[in-house]
Amino acid sequence: MNESMNPVGAATPPGKSKIKKFFGVCGRFFQKYSYFFAKIGISLVTLALSIIALFFLLRMIPGDIVELYALKLQNQQGITFDRAYELAAGLLNYDPNENVFQAFVRYMGGLFRGELGNSYLETGVSANSLIATRLPWTLFISSVSLFISFFIGIAVGGFVAQKRKGVADKVASGYIAVSGSVPDYLIALILVIVFAYQLKWFPAQNNYDAFKVTPGFNLPFILNVLYYAFLPILSYTIVQTGNWILHMRGSCIGVLGEDYILAARARGLSEGLIRRKYMKKNALLPLITQFGVSFGALFGGATLMESIFNYPGIGLEISNRIVNKDYMVVQGLIFFSAAMVILVNLVVDLIYPLVDPRVRKG
Amino acid sequence: MAQETKENKWNEFLSAFARVMREFGSSLLRGLKKVFSNGKTIVGFSILAFFILVAIFGPMIFPYDSNTDMANSYLMPSLKHPFGTDWLGRDVFRQVIAGTGSVLEIAFYSAIFTVALGTVLGIVSGYLGGWVDKIIMSITNIFLSIPSFPIYLLLAAIVTINTPVSLAVIISIWSWAGLCRSIRVQIMSLKERDFIQICTVMHMSKAHIIFKELMPNVFSYIAINFVMAMRNAIMASVGIMLVGLAAYDPTNWGAIINAARTKGLMNVKNIYILLYPLVCIIVFQIATLVLANGLDETLNPRLKVL
Repeated sequence: MNESMNPVGAATPPGKSKIKKFFGVCGRFFQKYSYFFAKIGISLVTLALSIIALFFLLRMIPGDIVELYALKLQNQQGITFDRAYELAAGLLNYDPNENVFQAFVRYMGGLFRGELGNSYLETGVSANSLIATRLPWTLFISSVSLFISFFIGIAVGGFVAQKRKGVADKVASGYIAVSGSVPDYLIALILVIVFAYQLKWFPAQNNYDAFKVTPGFNLPFILNVLYYAFLPILSYTIVQTGNWILHMRGSCIGVLGEDYILAARARGLSEGLIRRKYMKKNALLPLITQFGVSFGALFGGATLMESIFNYPGIGLEISNRIVNKDYMVVQGLIFFSAAMVILVNLVVDLIYPLVDPRVRKG
Repeated sequence: MAQETKENKWNEFLSAFARVMREFGSSLLRGLKKVFSNGKTIVGFSILAFFILVAIFGPMIFPYDSNTDMANSYLMPSLKHPFGTDWLGRDVFRQVIAGTGSVLEIAFYSAIFTVALGTVLGIVSGYLGGWVDKIIMSITNIFLSIPSFPIYLLLAAIVTINTPVSLAVIISIWSWAGLCRSIRVQIMSLKERDFIQICTVMHMSKAHIIFKELMPNVFSYIAINFVMAMRNAIMASVGIMLVGLAAYDPTNWGAIINAARTKGLMNVKNIYILLYPLVCIIVFQIATLVLANGLDETLNPRLKVL
């Protein structure tokens, strides 16, 4: 049928050559976009391997989850252990006789249906519902602070790179050294101690005052949320800014050695103009990857930061549920954050050659 | 006859051994001189040495008594108790000193494990290439994409941590991947350089190329990363203790901070207790960063050219 439509196909004898041509077209297509397919393939393999690694890691936990749950049911409802065990197995959708591989197949089935894992401590709570309720808070504080620190970092880093002998560079270096060497959660702890417990300017925990405001799109609620988010955002920003200054300065110093900067200087352009039009744009390119990686890491939440501020994000949920041994949910949450890291890295890798064409050729 | 050759061989061996030792000694001296010509290295190293000395001799001079003494709880700093006492009347100064050893131990062990794993796998995958490289890199990708801190917590829940070594193993299992990747990249670029190409053409053994030619070239990088791995280990171990897992050693700095934090920060006295280990951690971290920067300046061949 297609032969009549295709003038080339009509001219050549049908059959073998057509298949050859099809493969030829496919081959050229894959060759042209081999960079993209390779990246997608690597991401899929990594995702699959991390699912397997996480699953078997969780199976190494001593103590049967069903047994724990059965003990809990036994205490709650006052029934015999055998009955409780049966009930627990039914509730957890778990067959005590199945081996690890059958369990893995069942787990994969759940993943394909979009079920990341149900809690056995609380009924009706699953990794999905936790992500839906907790992720917005995590993303709110961490992405706001990521953007703030990124913009401060590239501005300061670009400025400092041009004046490498000045006072500003020494101050920036000192800041980088101190902020890079104090663990982030300890900065958070210091901020909590100073501003929340001593000066009492800001609240020490939670995301909003549930007694004063009602959640929704109203001004008091938004102001209250911002007020409660101030300290977490401040501490994230303090931690990350030094890092961005460091990367931007390094990248800028690399760019400043290029010939086009020399040519721009020879044309008598001002340093400010060179910084804005020539240096920053080129220096920003490698930082896109960095930014993407940091953004992907946000989805897991910062476990310790959130537990110090008692901020109800993904990270706090993970650490609380590990301590409480709610492993199915933990598995789901960690899988989710790993998947987001992989996905965001993939997107960055796919976008990068569009931004910087040198990558595709190299 | 046979006796003579044996003796000859023995003498030859002895003289060769002496030569090697002499060379080793003089190069070690030269290396040390070079390393300690940098101000940053001296500052960082002396602070680190101070902590090590405290860890060794501190508990001998100021032995820690874990008995409770409720009459003397929450004392302010005095000559008898330089950092005051905690809610159970135990001396905070002595607690901090007793914890130094355990913190350093964890840092040291996990740096060794991390660097050993990362270096070996990085060199193997970078040098051999091919499918070995592909397999190692896909394993590395898993470790890099699953967030590390939740996994530390999870492993701490799976394995009962009761020694510094077990905590160090847990920390290093999930932190070698970055080092492995960067060493692989360095090895791959070194492999293309002329001197390695010549070795390959001369049919030198792989062991010779790896240990005699490649290792010295990445050695400085490994040394710097050893210090950085210590930093990360301290961050991670204190973090794990802050969550309350791995509570095997109540005098570890992280455990002191966590205990004071759970006692309630509304009470100013708890903040005073928590301050000293906090300052210790910060000073230690800055010292290691300064040391790593100093080592980088003296050892990194790329910076030397400039």
